[in-house]
Amino acid sequence: MAEAQYYVPHGTRWPIMGSIGLTALVGGFAALLNGASVASLVMVLGFVILVAMMFLWFGQVVRESESRIYNDQVDRSFRWGMGWFIFSEVCFFGAFFGALFYARVYSVPWLGGEGTGVATNLFLWPSFDSVWPTNGPAALGGAYQVMGAWGIPALNTIILLSSGGTVTWAHWGIIKDNRPQFVWGLLLTVVLGFLFVGLQAYEYYEAYAHLNLKLSTGIYGSTFFMLTGFHGAHVTIGAIMLTVVMLRGMRGHFDSKNHFAFEAAAWYWHFVDVVWLGLFIFVYWL
Amino acid sequence: MSAATTRDAHDDAHHDDHHHHGPEPGVMRWVYTTNHKDIGTLYLVFSFLMLLLGGLLALGIRTELWSPGLQFVEPDFFNQLTTMHALIMVFGAIMPATVGFANWMVPLMIGAPDMALPRLNNWSFWLLPFAFALLISTFFMEGGAPAAGWTLYAPLVLQGGANLPFAIFAIHLMGIASVMGAINIIVTILNMRAPGMTLLKMPLFIWTWLITAFLLVAAMPVFAGAVTMLLTDKFFGTSFFDAAGGGDPVLFQHIFWFFGHPEVYIMILPSFGIVSQVIPTFARKPLFGYESMVYATASIAFLSFIVWAHHMFTVGMPLAGELFFMYTTMLIAVPTGVKVFNWVATMWRGSMTFETPMLYAIAFVILFTLGGFSGLMLAIVPSDFQYHDTYFVVAHFHYVLVTGSLFGIFAGVYYWLPKWTGNMYDERLGKWHFWLSTIFVNILFFPQHFLGLAGMPRRVPDYAVQFADWNMVSSIGGFGFGLSQLLFAWIVLQCCRGGKQATAEVWDGSDGLEWTVPSPAPYHTFETPPAVR
Repeated sequence: MAEAQYYVPHGTRWPIMGSIGLTALVGGFAALLNGASVASLVMVLGFVILVAMMFLWFGQVVRESESRIYNDQVDRSFRWGMGWFIFSEVCFFGAFFGALFYARVYSVPWLGGEGTGVATNLFLWPSFDSVWPTNGPAALGGAYQVMGAWGIPALNTIILLSSGGTVTWAHWGIIKDNRPQFVWGLLLTVVLGFLFVGLQAYEYYEAYAHLNLKLSTGIYGSTFFMLTGFHGAHVTIGAIMLTVVMLRGMRGHFDSKNHFAFEAAAWYWHFVDVVWLGLFIFVYWL
Repeated sequence: MSAATTRDAHDDAHHDDHHHHGPEPGVMRWVYTTNHKDIGTLYLVFSFLMLLLGGLLALGIRTELWSPGLQFVEPDFFNQLTTMHALIMVFGAIMPATVGFANWMVPLMIGAPDMALPRLNNWSFWLLPFAFALLISTFFMEGGAPAAGWTLYAPLVLQGGANLPFAIFAIHLMGIASVMGAINIIVTILNMRAPGMTLLKMPLFIWTWLITAFLLVAAMPVFAGAVTMLLTDKFFGTSFFDAAGGGDPVLFQHIFWFFGHPEVYIMILPSFGIVSQVIPTFARKPLFGYESMVYATASIAFLSFIVWAHHMFTVGMPLAGELFFMYTTMLIAVPTGVKVFNWVATMWRGSMTFETPMLYAIAFVILFTLGGFSGLMLAIVPSDFQYHDTYFVVAHFHYVLVTGSLFGIFAGVYYWLPKWTGNMYDERLGKWHFWLSTIFVNILFFPQHFLGLAGMPRRVPDYAVQFADWNMVSSIGGFGFGLSQLLFAWIVLQCCRGGKQATAEVWDGSDGLEWTVPSPAPYHTFETPPAVR
């Protein structure tokens, strides 16, 4: 393709549609949190608009890509864009990991009487001994059991790491223009991904039903569910991305030269994989 | 006409139109546009409206503070005014204005046909009006707008009315918009430069925006995380910021300021860039120490991530923490000093003329430096124990944000307005705007140093009588400064409607790719990349 041509679309309708959808979604949710139950309708409507927008927008980009109007420079823009998007996601998780480390290294020991927080311990909670995990000196949420690392979480680690292998196997497939290997590799990856999410859901059920471990179980429950919850949401998104790529692969999209959509999804997949390792080590294990 | 250089296609019509498009007719042009100049204009107009709204809230504050006692507003509404003034000015006025500059000028200055991701660019802007509709709607809710300060400290912010989830989701939308915009700017700068424009040939404005965009991508998601924790603490029973559950209210301050300090550089770095373009033009000399400017900007960005706790010296931190954050904060004075030195050295023995952009740039250098000095005073822990939460802090950050960021933005508007509109603005009125703004802004903020040093706390609707005189002076300055901005609106409007035809170069000493295209800049520019030596 001619190197000088950078594709500049002329006008687009999807962003304004996305803004309307997203605003309805979050506005409805906010009203719902304030107790206006009808707002849940607005929220659902916003979600539907948002999903429809993504179908339309990505659909157009897919058609443009398949008609080969993007040159190498456009391809590089997408690569840089995806890379920086993943970086922003890393920073988002950083906030929650930061909260976890702060609680474990500072706030809980201080509540137990160490360092500068000694007065809080003396005057408010003299009987509190700092341990991790904890639901705090007021034992918020009541007695609970800790989620062990070597049951489902360890299994999930194996599942997610294996899915990192299968996605690479799929990559080798498309590089060799071996479409069956590409599609089978993706199918395996997606199955493993959704298996992970299913096991995670089962673990949540166990936590709530049998361990009395809840979102409201003090700082341990807060960090446990927020970190694993956001991670699970990202796994779900990544698995959906890979599913779309797989369906496109089955329709004959992509070849050994042109498959950035796959690579973007694979990068994202490795990113959720790495975040999981952090979770496994710092939330479940240590 | 080079029909084959840029390919356009309608969204709905899937064919390539091998001819040039002008803007679409009608108002939907602005809603559907993917053109960086249109989107830049949208950002700039939106930010000016927000500046007026935020300014109006500030005048509410200054009216109440005209004299001691409670005159016009309830204390809780006063707190809403200070909170919303800050949120609107930070996220609605200053940041979108600088993004507007990036949209207009980055492609023009690096010789690109448009931003790298034009559809995403549209969304980055069009989330903002929705976000601010959500935020401003809280004024009309039960319990009113957020009133815990723009820093949203837990647990106070969790004790407000119905506004909290709306404010939090508004912040989420702004954050998404900022991150998308920042990614777009980074990608454009890294991938769309004209052949031959190596990184160290980029204009300094491009460098400052590249680094600003990096700060945005790194810091905004952390803020999103922080407000998400507020939301779950309030509605879903988590205890991130509740000591009873093992959390800590101070944790919120740490996460907030980990975002918040890079945020203040997000607001100032683009203005550094603008001033670094303006001063060489009117001094008719190349920028002194270009490379050191680049490295200084990068150092400031790096340091901005390891100084955050200087906002919370009095919160009760271990001594080692106080010392670490004190020294890193003072270290920032080194790269900033390099910058100020270079600006002054650029002017040294230059053939200077003093058109309005240059006046604003010079005022920026002097007054921003003043704000930097008061920042140094605040960086010293034992002094900060005295200054903390007083009007001295208010004076400090208004010097760096108003006479810093905003004056830089004014300099940029006057500098590039002829390129945008094709007309020269009225120089005489521009100078009036400059002198009125500069005099009144100092009447407004300089006395606040005295008030703070004398012990007047910030965020209070009422104060002891010994603070009465300087508060009245400050309020007079506030009204004068606010009204002066109507003159600015008039000058810009008048320039859009007509005036002396501008040449392509516009200024005598102008240098750079943006001055090689006609004024006004055509709808599409650099469809074939220019050659850069």
